[in-house]
Amino acid sequence: MNKPLRRVAMAMMAMIVLLLANATYVQVIRADELRSQSGNQRTLYKEYSTPRGQLIADGKLLASSEPTGEERFKYERKYANGPAFAPATGFYSFVYGSKGVERAENEVLNGNADSLAFNRLQGMLTGEEKKGGNVELTLNPEMQRTAYQQLAGDGVRGSVVALNPQDGSILAMANAPSYDPNEFAGQSRNKQAEAWNELKDAPGDPMVNRATSTLYPPGSTFKLITAAAALESGKYDYDTQVTAAPSIDLPKSNATLPNYGNNTCGTMPTAPLWEAMARSCNTAFAEVAGDVGEQKLREAAQSFGFGEDLNVPMSVANSSLGEINGPAPLYQTGIGQRDVRMTPMQNAMVASAIANDGKLMKPHLVDKTLAPDMSVLNRTEPEQLSQAVPGDTAHTLRDMMVKAEQRAGDEGKISGVQIASKTGTAQHGSGKDPHGWYVAFAPAENPKIAVAAVVEDGGNVGANATGSKIAAPVARAVIRAGLQGGG
Amino acid sequence: MARTETDPDNPSTSGSGAQEATNPPRTPNRRGIELVMLGFVAVIVTSALALISINQESQPGTQVLYYGLAFLALFGLTHLAVRRWAPYGDPLILPLVAFLNGFGLVLIHRVDIGDAAAAERAGETANAAAPSQVLYTAIGLVLFVLLIKIVSDHRTLAKYAYTCGLAGLVALALPAVLPGFIAPTKNGAKLWISIGSLSFQPAEFAKILLLVFFAAFLVSKRELFTTAGRRFLGIDFPRARDLAPVLVAWAASIGIVVLERDLGTSLLFFGIVLVMIYIATERAVWIAIGLSLFALGCAVAYPLFGHLQERVDAWLNPLTSDSGYQLRKALFGMAEGGIGGSGLGGGRPAIVPYAKSDFILSTAAEELGLLGLAVFLMVYLLLTARGLRVALAARDSFGKLLAGGLSFAISFQVFVVAGGVTGLIPLTGLTTPFLAAGGSSLVGNYVLVALLLRISDSSRRPQQPSRPQPKQPPIAEAHTELVERPR
Repeated sequence: MNKPLRRVAMAMMAMIVLLLANATYVQVIRADELRSQSGNQRTLYKEYSTPRGQLIADGKLLASSEPTGEERFKYERKYANGPAFAPATGFYSFVYGSKGVERAENEVLNGNADSLAFNRLQGMLTGEEKKGGNVELTLNPEMQRTAYQQLAGDGVRGSVVALNPQDGSILAMANAPSYDPNEFAGQSRNKQAEAWNELKDAPGDPMVNRATSTLYPPGSTFKLITAAAALESGKYDYDTQVTAAPSIDLPKSNATLPNYGNNTCGTMPTAPLWEAMARSCNTAFAEVAGDVGEQKLREAAQSFGFGEDLNVPMSVANSSLGEINGPAPLYQTGIGQRDVRMTPMQNAMVASAIANDGKLMKPHLVDKTLAPDMSVLNRTEPEQLSQAVPGDTAHTLRDMMVKAEQRAGDEGKISGVQIASKTGTAQHGSGKDPHGWYVAFAPAENPKIAVAAVVEDGGNVGANATGSKIAAPVARAVIRAGLQGGG
Repeated sequence: MARTETDPDNPSTSGSGAQEATNPPRTPNRRGIELVMLGFVAVIVTSALALISINQESQPGTQVLYYGLAFLALFGLTHLAVRRWAPYGDPLILPLVAFLNGFGLVLIHRVDIGDAAAAERAGETANAAAPSQVLYTAIGLVLFVLLIKIVSDHRTLAKYAYTCGLAGLVALALPAVLPGFIAPTKNGAKLWISIGSLSFQPAEFAKILLLVFFAAFLVSKRELFTTAGRRFLGIDFPRARDLAPVLVAWAASIGIVVLERDLGTSLLFFGIVLVMIYIATERAVWIAIGLSLFALGCAVAYPLFGHLQERVDAWLNPLTSDSGYQLRKALFGMAEGGIGGSGLGGGRPAIVPYAKSDFILSTAAEELGLLGLAVFLMVYLLLTARGLRVALAARDSFGKLLAGGLSFAISFQVFVVAGGVTGLIPLTGLTTPFLAAGGSSLVGNYVLVALLLRISDSSRRPQQPSRPQPKQPPIAEAHTELVERPR
């Protein structure tokens, strides 16, 4: 019986060799892949056992990691003024993952980014604790706070986006209602779940980043794009006469399209294009849209960034004109009704391109990534997305917006600063109060800030709400905060 | 093979004739080596326990030392018993077992700490498994000592072969036929008998009883199996009626899968029976027949039983399938351990379900790394290789076959369980011998090594020099004597 016993011994050795080979495969060859799997709690715990980098804006600390004294999660995220900055910072939770810049720049913040390889090596040699890198945002904290207060203080729903037209820096990106990311930073799974469930079902969807994700009907702010298309077509200039009728019949349809309040556009039967813009005459821009045609209108929208996938670094929903079947819908599209949908970010981009001589700069939220010792790892270079319109067209549009600003109410006006703006009042379904829009840049001659503000459902005014009543004061306060450094 | 001709350990392996030298030198019993090794094991295990205390940031008090001394005392007493009743037994088997058992206790204690921390967070209390495992160790060692004392010659076991076989079958079938309140279904398998708070797995003992039966049965019926039947394709097939024992074992295995829903036990039994038939008959065709039957069984059972499909799905897609979450967590833990491991007390093994029983090897792999896992596997290889040496050295066929079967049983069980935990083969519910928490398994395995030691002792014990026969001339050669009848 010895021969088979020896063979059995060989088989036993073979089994052990197989086990060792497989263990090597799992623990060495596949180890990195397994460690980076989503749902791997250990990786998460490990991330919580080293201090995560800070989020900074203009020298102000937005998010930092504080030691907890606990065994499991040694560090905890703290957000200063959480709800105001939540749309930018996002949150970082061991239950619900992460969002915003916390998610987009996770590799830098947790210290695993390639750009931090040298620091990791250094730490390994000196035995120092691993630390995450820091991220400096482009936000202007003063403007961000103002934007949030303007919305949340009034208890309205809406969003504000402010850009630096020259380089695309996002100066403010605020939503209301908002949430406090500190609620997802705690040690207790149950408390997080409680907060999550409450926010998930809360009225007004506080977790939604309206600035980049919510698609609103743009109302009359869209006339900027219609005007751009008209000027580009060569058939129109600043003074071209357009209809001033209080109401027109939509072609191939029984419906009519009236001006706001059924007013005539000025005192004459026709009005120059700039006056139609200043008075936001629907009839004029509907006919202009019908005249330049769908193709030109789409091209103009596209050059301002419609339909382009954009990450700032959070992804921005695609604004679009929707389906346009025939002339009547085209007329309605021309005044921002029908199926036109825009994010606040997209509308701020329109203002930004006009402000920057027609050059559309790519919006971005991350200014620099920094090593733990604050040395710069990477700086975001301004990037031009497109030449939305030629410089002179941009200037013509600017002049029209200056005229528009003169008719857009006085609330919150800033003395000594010329703003160029366009208001919008977007109907969105019967029985609902309109959304108010205000798109602007300032100072008109040397733009530093481009802003888009939207206040949903009539704000605090109700059915009589207009962009100039509910959205303009918000945006002007943000501009003032940016230009003068104080609300 | 692990043995060379010059090996001083075992002078009796090269055949029964080797012992014939007149007045052989006194065989060294090498119990001293055993004692030194046991001391060495105690030092390693105590250090491991101290490491856990240090890494869990509590002071390693003198308590650790007491535990170490108690461990040494327990195995020291066992050593004395072996010295008394099995003085020629293999000197490595007990230290190897002590190493596994001791490290098992350390790892179980490690997971207890993790469980306690998790329970504290949830506001509950966790049951520590280490204290009861210490108790089982003591029970196991007492049984071990009793066995080598009472069974002074393993050949007496062969006399009770049919009793053992019957008892084994009953024990194996018991949980399947008993009602649910005595034999509850745990983790999908109906393998347990619970009376009050006590529960045990009869299969662990049935394994040994059936091994004894099969060894005796096969030795007595060896000729039957070697009788050639029909020759087909160059292979001698056994006669159909000789297939009966294999078929019975096969049917029993399938019965286990169906009634007790336990893949591991089924696989283990069938594997052991096959290998024992192979060792007994020296004919590989039995393996081929067995494997074909196994394949057939799989093919028939797979589509019929949901739990089989789940197991296979979990094995093939551990990262994505719902049923793969246990394996997934174990793999994550192993990947985290990498080559060197997180250090004892430095990882998070308690995340893995059943981290102290079924998945204790993943605990070892996480905290001790690939290297630590390799050490455990090598210790198993050493243990089973020593067992096979015992088989090779055994002087009687029954001892050979029993020792071979017992050794293979350990080896195969390690393969099935370690292969399952590391994702090499589908996961089954077997315990890791001596390491895993669980009373029946530990006590059963002590019975198993007691038998090995007993066989080893009798095979190495110097044979009583046979009494010199009075020299008598053969009757045929004797001179014919005429005996005269007295007159």
